[in-house]
Amino acid sequence: MALADILPRTRRLLPAGLPVSVALSLFWLAAMLICAALADLLRPYPITRMDLAARLAPPLTPHHWLGTDELGRDVLSRLIQSVRVSLVIAFGATILSAVFGTTLGFLAAKARGWVEHAVVMLADFQAALPFLILALAVLAFFGSSMQLLVGLMGFYGWERYARIARGLAISAGAQGYAAAVVQLGASPARVYLRHILPNVASTLIVSMTLTFPEIVLMESGLSFLGLGVQPPETSLGNMVGLGRDYLTTAPWIMLAPAVVITLTTLSISLAGDWLRDRLDPTIR
Amino acid sequence: MSRPPLLEARDLVRIYRSRRGLTGAVTEVRAVDEVSLKLRAGETLGIVGESGSGKSTLGRMLLGLDPAQGGTVLFEGMALPRFGTPIWRRLRARMQMVWQDPLSALDRRLTVAAQIREPLDIHRIGTPEERPARTASLMTAVGLRADQGGRYPHELSGGQRQRVVIARALATNPALLVCDEPVSALDVSIQAQVVNLLRDLQGQKGLGMVFISHDLKVVRNLADRVAVMYLGRIVEEGPAEQIFAEPRHPYTQALVSSIPVPGRPLDARILLQGEPPNPAARPAGCAFHPRCPLAQGLCRTRVPALRVPEPGRAVACHVTAGAQSPVAA
Repeated sequence: MALADILPRTRRLLPAGLPVSVALSLFWLAAMLICAALADLLRPYPITRMDLAARLAPPLTPHHWLGTDELGRDVLSRLIQSVRVSLVIAFGATILSAVFGTTLGFLAAKARGWVEHAVVMLADFQAALPFLILALAVLAFFGSSMQLLVGLMGFYGWERYARIARGLAISAGAQGYAAAVVQLGASPARVYLRHILPNVASTLIVSMTLTFPEIVLMESGLSFLGLGVQPPETSLGNMVGLGRDYLTTAPWIMLAPAVVITLTTLSISLAGDWLRDRLDPTIR
Repeated sequence: MSRPPLLEARDLVRIYRSRRGLTGAVTEVRAVDEVSLKLRAGETLGIVGESGSGKSTLGRMLLGLDPAQGGTVLFEGMALPRFGTPIWRRLRARMQMVWQDPLSALDRRLTVAAQIREPLDIHRIGTPEERPARTASLMTAVGLRADQGGRYPHELSGGQRQRVVIARALATNPALLVCDEPVSALDVSIQAQVVNLLRDLQGQKGLGMVFISHDLKVVRNLADRVAVMYLGRIVEEGPAEQIFAEPRHPYTQALVSSIPVPGRPLDARILLQGEPPNPAARPAGCAFHPRCPLAQGLCRTRVPALRVPEPGRAVACHVTAGAQSPVAA
């Protein structure tokens, strides 16, 4: 059947106004979330189980549908576990940095004065510091653990949210709807949470869709350097890093997690754009 | 009268400081300079003046939105609490503002009904179950249809948006309404509707209203008393019909003569000479003297005080305030 025939049909199955690309992104993200949640059930083998008779088996080998790595570990099993670990880190850290940065930005816009100076200075400091070096130092001192990794990644990119939130809140407060709501007698919490936050959310969401893939890659980088997720535990970046040695002879070890990273970040970006438009009643 | 006026301002001063460049000297702009006024309950005070005359700043100060560097604002005999304090916030239920640009004064992500309802939620007026009915009656009162409540601000016309802003301002049944150029962003055909709406609502609810505008026609239509501002000072104040019939200050005379009257040739206008005033470089003496056709030596050196030539009127002019008969224009 030609693609032209299939497309209108699938379109009819979708809710009205949902583009196919967004539907696919949402589907992929849902699949990833299910994968992360049910990793223990979906995994065909434990991630450390070695099948030494079938080392470096190519994909589509029976019992090892995505092949095996150099130790004969099932790539599919490791991939499913990696999705869980990486998603926890990336989602956790993205949300953490968005909440932290936005809160500081709003705080700066509300308090002005020395509080604002302090926040802006911290943001400049963060932006000027190579984050990888900071992360390496922290991980080298405290050792790597999942909580520390999420917390550390949560500091990645917060200065962007802080700057955006501060700038938008100040401009909203100087004139327009925020000043009008203040004049109505609303408490600062109401002004910021009910009025300013929804109005600046679209910009923040776009910023989140940019930070998310960066955090995935940052985690990959740290894992590759041996300071991120520690073997035998596995993550997408970890898999890419370890698979690099076999790039020419067994590319599937690296390609499988790389494809997952690409598709997930692309889906996040598409779904984020769509969500931003949906949240804005003036575009609908 | 023993009862204090609804609103009283005493010697309000507001100075803006601005610096040109990093090392430039700080220039002071006295946006509002020793302004005193009184507003009784149910009365409408029009404040007119050119842009830059400080009338909007004055309006914000009357509501406590801008702090005064000198002087006090008394609301029902009590000094206004500081901006942002819980007491100040609670007082918002009694005093409200109508903004110049309704589209920017409304939150574009909330429906119109949600925004009209907001003051009721903030000040916990009525039970949550009663509020939709109260919102609907407010919408009817300002001439909006009930089914427009689900719309977003950008889906309404300019006049309808301003009606939403007015409905929101009236939601708590305030005693004082400050309207800052409420119709200048609207089409002329819509202006009349909104002005009539404001006048009707003011009559029904006995609102005290401060109406700030540069449009003399609108002010004449609406105001009981008029205060004319020039470079941060009130130069003339009095009952609206007297101000428009026989203005005393030369500036007011020029303003009044600029209102087109059907059947009268335009030659009778007084054309003001010179540059529009720059608030940062305020002329010495009477600020109006460089443009004043009647300026004398005294005007260049001494600031004229507000004098009362007859009860209910005040004029700040060395030349005309003392005169018993109106000066021929």
